[in-house]
Amino acid sequence: MEAATMSRDKKARSEQSAQAATRKTASSLFGTDRSSDVPDSTVGVITHDDPVFTCRSVDVFYANKQAIFGVDLDIGRHEVISMIGPSGCGKSTFLRCLNRMNDTIAIARVTGRIELDGQDILDSRIDVVPLRARVGMVFQKPNPFPKSIYENVAYGPRIHGLARDRVELDEIVHTSLERAGLLKEVKDRMDQPGTGLSGGQQQRLCIARAIAVSPEVILMDEPCSALDPIATARIEDLIDELKENYTICIVTHSMQQAARVSQRTAYFHLGYLVEVDETDKIFTNPSHKLTEDYITGRFG
Amino acid sequence: MSNTSNAKREKGAGSKTASRAMDKVHASLRKRYRAEKRFRAYGLISVVVGILFLVVLMASILAKGYPAFRQTFITLDVYLDPGVIDPEGSRDAEVLRLADYNRLVRGSLQIIFPDASGRTERRKLVALVSNGAPFQIQGLVMEDPSLVGQTLTLEVPASGDLDMLMKGRIDRSLPESERRLSDLQIGWVDTLIEQGRIHKRWNKALMTRGDSRDPEMAGIWGAVKGSFYMLVVTLLLSFPIGVAAAVYLDEFAPRNRWTDLIEININNLAAVPSIVFGLLGLAVFLNFFGMPRSAPLVGGLVLAVMTLPTVIISSRAALTSVPPSIREAALGMGASKMQATFHHVVPLAIPGMLTGTIIGMARALGESAPLLMIGMVAFIVDVPQGFMDPATALPVQIYLWADSPERAFVERTSAAILVLLAFLIAMNALAIYLRRRFERRW
Ligand SMILES: Nc1ncnc2c1ncn2[C@@H]1O[C@H](COP(=O)(O)OP(=O)(O)O)[C@@H](O)[C@H]1O
Ligand SMILES: [Mg+2]
Repeated sequence: MEAATMSRDKKARSEQSAQAATRKTASSLFGTDRSSDVPDSTVGVITHDDPVFTCRSVDVFYANKQAIFGVDLDIGRHEVISMIGPSGCGKSTFLRCLNRMNDTIAIARVTGRIELDGQDILDSRIDVVPLRARVGMVFQKPNPFPKSIYENVAYGPRIHGLARDRVELDEIVHTSLERAGLLKEVKDRMDQPGTGLSGGQQQRLCIARAIAVSPEVILMDEPCSALDPIATARIEDLIDELKENYTICIVTHSMQQAARVSQRTAYFHLGYLVEVDETDKIFTNPSHKLTEDYITGRFG
Repeated sequence: MSNTSNAKREKGAGSKTASRAMDKVHASLRKRYRAEKRFRAYGLISVVVGILFLVVLMASILAKGYPAFRQTFITLDVYLDPGVIDPEGSRDAEVLRLADYNRLVRGSLQIIFPDASGRTERRKLVALVSNGAPFQIQGLVMEDPSLVGQTLTLEVPASGDLDMLMKGRIDRSLPESERRLSDLQIGWVDTLIEQGRIHKRWNKALMTRGDSRDPEMAGIWGAVKGSFYMLVVTLLLSFPIGVAAAVYLDEFAPRNRWTDLIEININNLAAVPSIVFGLLGLAVFLNFFGMPRSAPLVGGLVLAVMTLPTVIISSRAALTSVPPSIREAALGMGASKMQATFHHVVPLAIPGMLTGTIIGMARALGESAPLLMIGMVAFIVDVPQGFMDPATALPVQIYLWADSPERAFVERTSAAILVLLAFLIAMNALAIYLRRRFERRW
């Protein structure tokens, strides 16, 4: 275990040194105080043995304003990686690069390289429709369609043509709701509107909707920030179960949540990825001052 | 109040300044409450004034208009004289059509009033009965030629003047020269009343006929149908085009100088006086494309052009009010832009779009100015049977009748206004219903 980390470390270092130069120009262009504390390269271990996503020097601009600065990060298969950091630091922006949701914002521009199983998804020739079927998303505010519970879950399989007939569709809907831990609560009222459920149930419905198209990765952007503690606990349990089959990237502003659900944690600061490492290490022994300040609550 | 401030003053300097501040607050509070009361009073007064105007307007239209829904009829015994209708006995439809039914009416009146002699007196006598009466008899005979030779007891419409007399709109105390009915005629009417030959009945002609020179035979059906055909054209054009334009502009078009320009133009078009659209219709549809004048098709086209900006603006408002989270949810599932728009966004916006369209249609229904330009302000007797037949519209009919000198047209004008208002209220009620029924809270 120790050895593996070491070797990963080394690999990371050699890659990062190449990027240090660009990082400097960026900070001299944009940064004054803003990025003065930010390390030249991400501290910790950015790589993973079995990566699903490999992101290298990802920059994101909103019009002329840069929101993400040269992020390098691997996201491993069937791991839960959480992204933390003060608000406005670009966690959502980075997350939305992974399924190209930033395409929906006219002024947003993403550069760099993001490989999903070796294929560059930032390539303009890539079709976002199958990409988003592979990389599902759950949003901050539960946003079920104002349709029946059944229709909510059936929508994805239907547009992607995953079910041959009604029986198969029924099965997909049921297993998805089952996996999202919602089936018991809603099985007698599948035809009632999804918007009539409680907040926590709505969010689990959104998760069921996302897993109905059998994605490889599920992106979650603060999925519990609109929920009460009990509903939050249910979602966290759910994330724990789902990691057997899915890769999960979760943005959260709750450090306890990050500590509870994730194996790795990435700390973002003002658009820079400051530190990423095993969750235990980040929370017990952070390497960078900024990370330490944040997790000890000195700012945030 | 003074007690508490005294008590506070005893507690040293800090509370003294605090209590002084409180006094000031209380003083200003009184002023603020007064201002609020004044403002409420102003508001209430303006609401009351507004309602008062509305009530006066509605009351006067109702009072003037409702008698028009009833019409005076005279019961006559009409001998269908074969010698007059069909002397040769051929019973040929053409012969029956061209027969002199006026003479039959005159004949049956002369039986009641044998004293009336001389041309002028006889003309005055016939003037009590509507010019429509002979046509009524003609219709009966043509439908069933075997009636010829029989004596029928018919209720024929009275002339507009007699109708006005019965409704108290002709003052008997005025000198004869200032009345539309002479003493002699009034005497005859009194005889008819005594004989129980005069009745008021539901004014069927008003609801079933086209325009006419004779008020008692004039109806709004032609105008209603003309308006209907026009609105069909307007709806069929402005709703799909408007919605498509709104969906494109809101969901698909890139935001740049061109779309901004288009947006500004649409907003400006919504404020263009409606008569300008009539001029456009005249220049484009009539002069350039050579479409027929007075046709509901052209009217509908002009009104569609006029309503389009309203439909586009309200549809865009409906689209913008669909929360972005719905779009994100669909796109995040891997729906294409098109699927996200048509599976989720448009269905949610449809009630708002319909509401806007109905309100636009209501405006189009009440519009007369643009129709002036395309020849729809015309005296058209025949009820239009299609999109190309010459027609008028309800507001135009109102305008035409309001211009007529006969008293009987005054009440018909008001009646037509009532019908138009009924349609408008129904349309607005539908819009409100749709909005209430499908309104969503997010
Ligand atoms: N749609 C947008 N248009 C312009 N700027 C944006 C947009 N979304 C986010 N930003 C900016 O990008 C930065 C990162 O935002 P975000 O990723 O939402 O932060 P986080 O999710 O970490 O709170 C912020 O400075 C924010 O102002
Ligand atoms: Mg965020």
